[in-house]
Amino acid sequence: MSWETERLEKAKQIIEMYPQKRSALGPLLYLAQDKDGYISNESIVEISGLIGITEVQVQSVASFYSMYKQEPTGKFLLSVCKSISCEISNSSDVINSVKNFTGLSNNETDDENFFTYESVECIGACGGAPAIQVNYETVEGLTPDKAVDLCKWLKEEEPEIVVADELQDKFGGVKSFDWAIADNNGATSPVPGFQTYDTSKEKK
Amino acid sequence: MKETLLLTKHMRENPEDSHSLKSYEKNGGYESVKKVLKSGTPEEVLQEIKDSNIRGRGGAGFPTGVKWGFLAEDEERYLVINGDESEPGTFKDRILLERDPHQLIEGMIITCFAANISKAFIYIRGEYAKPARRVQSAIEEAYEKGYLGKNIFGSSMNLDIVVHLGAGAYICGEETALLNSLEGRRGEPRLKPPFFPAVKGLYNKPTLVNNVETISSVPWIMSNSGKDYSSLGVEGSTGTRIFSLSGHINNPGNYEIEMGSSFGEFVDTLGKGVKNKAIKAYIPGGASAPWLRGDQLDVKMTIDDVANEGSMLGSGAVVMMDEDTNLVLAAKSLVSFFAHESCGQCTPCREGTTWLENILERVASGRGRLSDIDLLLDVCDNISPGLTWPPKMTTICPLGPSATASIVSLMKDFRSEVEVLLPKKVVIG
Repeated sequence: MSWETERLEKAKQIIEMYPQKRSALGPLLYLAQDKDGYISNESIVEISGLIGITEVQVQSVASFYSMYKQEPTGKFLLSVCKSISCEISNSSDVINSVKNFTGLSNNETDDENFFTYESVECIGACGGAPAIQVNYETVEGLTPDKAVDLCKWLKEEEPEIVVADELQDKFGGVKSFDWAIADNNGATSPVPGFQTYDTSKEKK
Repeated sequence: MKETLLLTKHMRENPEDSHSLKSYEKNGGYESVKKVLKSGTPEEVLQEIKDSNIRGRGGAGFPTGVKWGFLAEDEERYLVINGDESEPGTFKDRILLERDPHQLIEGMIITCFAANISKAFIYIRGEYAKPARRVQSAIEEAYEKGYLGKNIFGSSMNLDIVVHLGAGAYICGEETALLNSLEGRRGEPRLKPPFFPAVKGLYNKPTLVNNVETISSVPWIMSNSGKDYSSLGVEGSTGTRIFSLSGHINNPGNYEIEMGSSFGEFVDTLGKGVKNKAIKAYIPGGASAPWLRGDQLDVKMTIDDVANEGSMLGSGAVVMMDEDTNLVLAAKSLVSFFAHESCGQCTPCREGTTWLENILERVASGRGRLSDIDLLLDVCDNISPGLTWPPKMTTICPLGPSATASIVSLMKDFRSEVEVLLPKKVVIG
């Protein structure tokens, strides 16, 4: 199935931002993943046509980067950091509690397509270690219990928009720095919530 | 010891709205660029940057003025801001992007004026969705005011800025890998020569690639002077620098200080000390840097002093590890990071980091062999012959050689922690 008109319009706007079409490949892959939860074969064909490179070239780039998902991802992507500052701040306990609650191993998605779990390398939240991202929205100063509370809350509330500030208020602790300014924008899919790609929405 | 706030002054004093154009302008923002566009010349700007002696804040510490001076002549040139910040322990660019995006934009306009550039990109790691949103909003505010686009500030200068998100590859912090990524390719570093960005960069055109913190310093330098900037800090490490402090520390965070104090003083005053007991080891400049021991806290926080101790100040990420830290697991975490982030182009890095990870895994889990210490060091030696610092290269970029740093530190200063995990030698007869 090819892309619908709305997505094609957005794709054309993005392509126009760059001196050369191929530079739009990264953003277009996010556009694909935003709607489908992963990079589907149909999207690869579509993108290849839009920017004039082969399908294999598109796939080769998509498979290089860890944030482009090769398989369907759940509604909520849980990415727990395991790099050095988190590691020495007991991130393994947070990892275990998230794994136990969701019943998932690394890079697995549950049958309901609700959660995908992954342990990831540094997300730049070292001062607030250990940390997690939900659809690339950061929560810092986590504990194993709070991580479970967070998962339960996602299960119960099924928020349409995941907002870092909201999650931090509810489940977070020590932060890397004072976030200061409240932000109501967030992610609507397992893709960075970013206004240029239309993957960011504001929570009223 | 106190902070010296140049880059973080505005955000610190205006916590409620430092990201907005209104707050930035109210506090003297965009005055530098107005002055430069009205009465300055590109040569004058370059001279101020050279006078400031500022060195790149991404990790390599190359003098910024010299870098700008290398930019080859061409009608089409680009500025690319490196906001890929992914070095474990580092979160300083995150605060600059999130809390003071206009400072970066102003720095970019001045830089583009000095280098005669009309198209610039900010490459931000994909995991920094919120900082990227803030930067994009700020760019939109700047366009509305006529600070970006055509004839900015009523001058003859044009400048467009595009925010481009990465997608989870640490290697894209390496400047040539970043350019490949921005061109819609795999983030694999390019060979230098011929692909020095200042000559053959984005789309094979001369390109300046500068770190977020470096360019965020430009407005202060221009509204004061290069000489004022160079009077801060110490020779070779002038100005202020934002250090990201994390690990077993009571008061983690970003601290903007003049370079030259000791790590110990930094940790005790601004970091308010270590959580438990004593410090066993610390990382002075991000995951790529060899560790220093807890009895080396009197080392001065300057690029050259840390280099003299056989490590590097790198990205300014200081990670403290107290005496209860399992250093084998710490090293394994670091090595796993490099194994995961290796782009796969060069065999020593692709294979070597994976081997290191597997061997450390079995050592840490008590399945190690007597020969594993020698084997680990041998693999390290094959990635970076001689195990010196700065490391010798067998690869296109420094990622693989950097992966050996934690293992060499572990074996040099904390070998007994590895040995207790290995089986005892049995003597027969």
